[in-house]
Amino acid sequence: MDGLAHQIVAGIATGGIYASVALAIVMIYQATHHVNFAQGEMATLSTFIAWSMVQAGMPYWVAFFATIAVSFAIGVVVERILIRPVANAPVLTMVGVFIGLLLIIGNATGWIFGYTTKVFPSPFASEKPLFGGLVSAHELGSTAVTLTVLTLVWAFFRFTKLGLAMRAAAYNPRSARLVGIRVGWMLALGWGLAAAIGAVAGMMVAPVVFLDPTMMLGILLYAFAGALMGGIDNPAGAVLGGFTVGVLENLAGAYVVGTELKLTVALAIIIGVLLVRPSGLFGRVVFSRV
Amino acid sequence: MLTRRHLLAAGAATLAAPAIGRAQDTPGVTATEIRIGNTMPYSGPASAYGVIGRSHEAFFKMVNEQGGIAGRKITFITYDDGYSPPKTVEQTRRLVEQDKVAFTFNQLGTAANSAILRYMNQRKVPHIFLSTGADKWGNYQDTPWTIGWQPSYRTEAQIYMKHLLAERPNAKIGLLFQNDDFGKDYVAGVRDILGPRYEQMVRAVSHEATDPTIDSQVVSLQQGGCDVMLTATTPKFAAQAIRRVFDVGWRPAFHYLTNVSISVGTVMEPAGPEKGVGIITSAYLKDPTDPAWDNDPGMKEWRAFMAKYIPNGDMKDGSYPFAFGIAQTLMHVLDKCRGDFSRETIMRQVADIRDFIPATLIPGIKVATSPTNFHPIRQMQLQRWTGSTWQRFGSVIEGANV
Repeated sequence: MDGLAHQIVAGIATGGIYASVALAIVMIYQATHHVNFAQGEMATLSTFIAWSMVQAGMPYWVAFFATIAVSFAIGVVVERILIRPVANAPVLTMVGVFIGLLLIIGNATGWIFGYTTKVFPSPFASEKPLFGGLVSAHELGSTAVTLTVLTLVWAFFRFTKLGLAMRAAAYNPRSARLVGIRVGWMLALGWGLAAAIGAVAGMMVAPVVFLDPTMMLGILLYAFAGALMGGIDNPAGAVLGGFTVGVLENLAGAYVVGTELKLTVALAIIIGVLLVRPSGLFGRVVFSRV
Repeated sequence: MLTRRHLLAAGAATLAAPAIGRAQDTPGVTATEIRIGNTMPYSGPASAYGVIGRSHEAFFKMVNEQGGIAGRKITFITYDDGYSPPKTVEQTRRLVEQDKVAFTFNQLGTAANSAILRYMNQRKVPHIFLSTGADKWGNYQDTPWTIGWQPSYRTEAQIYMKHLLAERPNAKIGLLFQNDDFGKDYVAGVRDILGPRYEQMVRAVSHEATDPTIDSQVVSLQQGGCDVMLTATTPKFAAQAIRRVFDVGWRPAFHYLTNVSISVGTVMEPAGPEKGVGIITSAYLKDPTDPAWDNDPGMKEWRAFMAKYIPNGDMKDGSYPFAFGIAQTLMHVLDKCRGDFSRETIMRQVADIRDFIPATLIPGIKVATSPTNFHPIRQMQLQRWTGSTWQRFGSVIEGANV
């Protein structure tokens, strides 16, 4: 029984990682209606930028916010230069561009920063292990950060004019343009925000899994599962989905299917959700009249 | 007019011809040259190992300056495979079919060598002294043209178990392994030593290379009542495991760690050097940073080589003593060929090394092969993490005969 409790706590801690990345995925989906496969690689690159700043002697929080700003800029630039020219292309073209982006950014990161594992500092240090060492102060802190980001995102879309305009641009570009919204810029802004949230996720994940160019590879799959489970257009659902996937994965791995099939659990969740409830547990069902 | 003498002479000539013909037919071998092929990850995720190839280039330059081997100069052709098996296949075919090398030497990477294993053995091209610790290179029956060099992961696991049984015969072992060829070699090695007691003494949990963390596995092992741990995984996960084991307050009586993951910079420092104190691993090469070897003749020989041929090389990088030892082993084999560099002869000599001692191996460890032993190095010495360095202890231990 003790073992079960420990597996659950450890699952929640890992789930916090998935939740933060799932939030970034949902963010870009809300703003652009695309799932960016390069999201993980962009976040890793941002984390390396933060790492370089800290290595250069910058205080952690200065580097943290500077990285968010730089990542925002990178997101906007990527949209302007790479995504905009193919904005009206078929979905497969977009997928091709995203995968290309994944390879380019992933390899460039390795080329610039090297492939050796690096230590990324955590702002939430504690001397004593918490909950019998299963949850570190960092994992608690990063969950708090994820929830803060979630609240900010929700408030931004709910209460600000810019947020409303962005939602409009994503849902119905033509009508949005007719009421005077600059749709192109809204999409660029969405990319910037998603990159910034990805950067936060990366900086929260890196102290746990260590920083290297492939850091996000495994995480991204679980995060996708979490995002789909909660509903790809619902930030709060995605966060909850992330935690759920973390716990389910641990329990299934330890007691049901064995550790070899842990990743399969994530894939089963993705397929199961798409089959049974395509909009996710908390997603809105969208009807379109034809 | 056909006389008996003519016939005899002609017969003798035909008898002698195949021998001469074979030597000349061996690709990559002429009266003045022997051509050796190699692939290395000079770029990509494992590019840090590229120094091994650079070291070989310098080593063969030294050999050539000292007169070469059996009157021939060595031409060493080494290509970048970026640590990507499909590229290894492409470059190896180029080496064998276009460059016509006599054999390939010290190609790096388990996946890379697995990708060309069949090709080399079908073509009967010696594929020797690979830079990988997988156990399967010792399979002399099915792949007689392939052989490794360093102690295999399986041998390493056998050595840990021998040490453990001597120290703590009733241990309950938690085995954390990466679910691939590398990790499974450790499971096999543990089984070799424990035999029927395996089921009762070992609790094994695997993880995938794609798993973000191994926290759940550590929890399972601790809750399973294990008092000894064997961590057989790659550096990133090893660092996670060391940190997590410490953080959950688990203090195994012995914690063995694969020597793949003992880098101070990429494992022990990230995990927290104080969290790994007491961890046991193994070594077979002299560590260039260990002051115990300051006056060692073998290491002096290696340092002299470095000073002359690789003056800019990092003297702390263990890949250089590794490359030096393996290149010396090759020269020992080529020496024994006595000028006959046919592929068959090379393999015959590769499988007939009798206690050769390269300059950079820990004293007591020898290179030995036979037609039924394709595991050249089967001994290691244990070492323990002190919080700042690895300290060797005990005598050299030999793997099991299986």
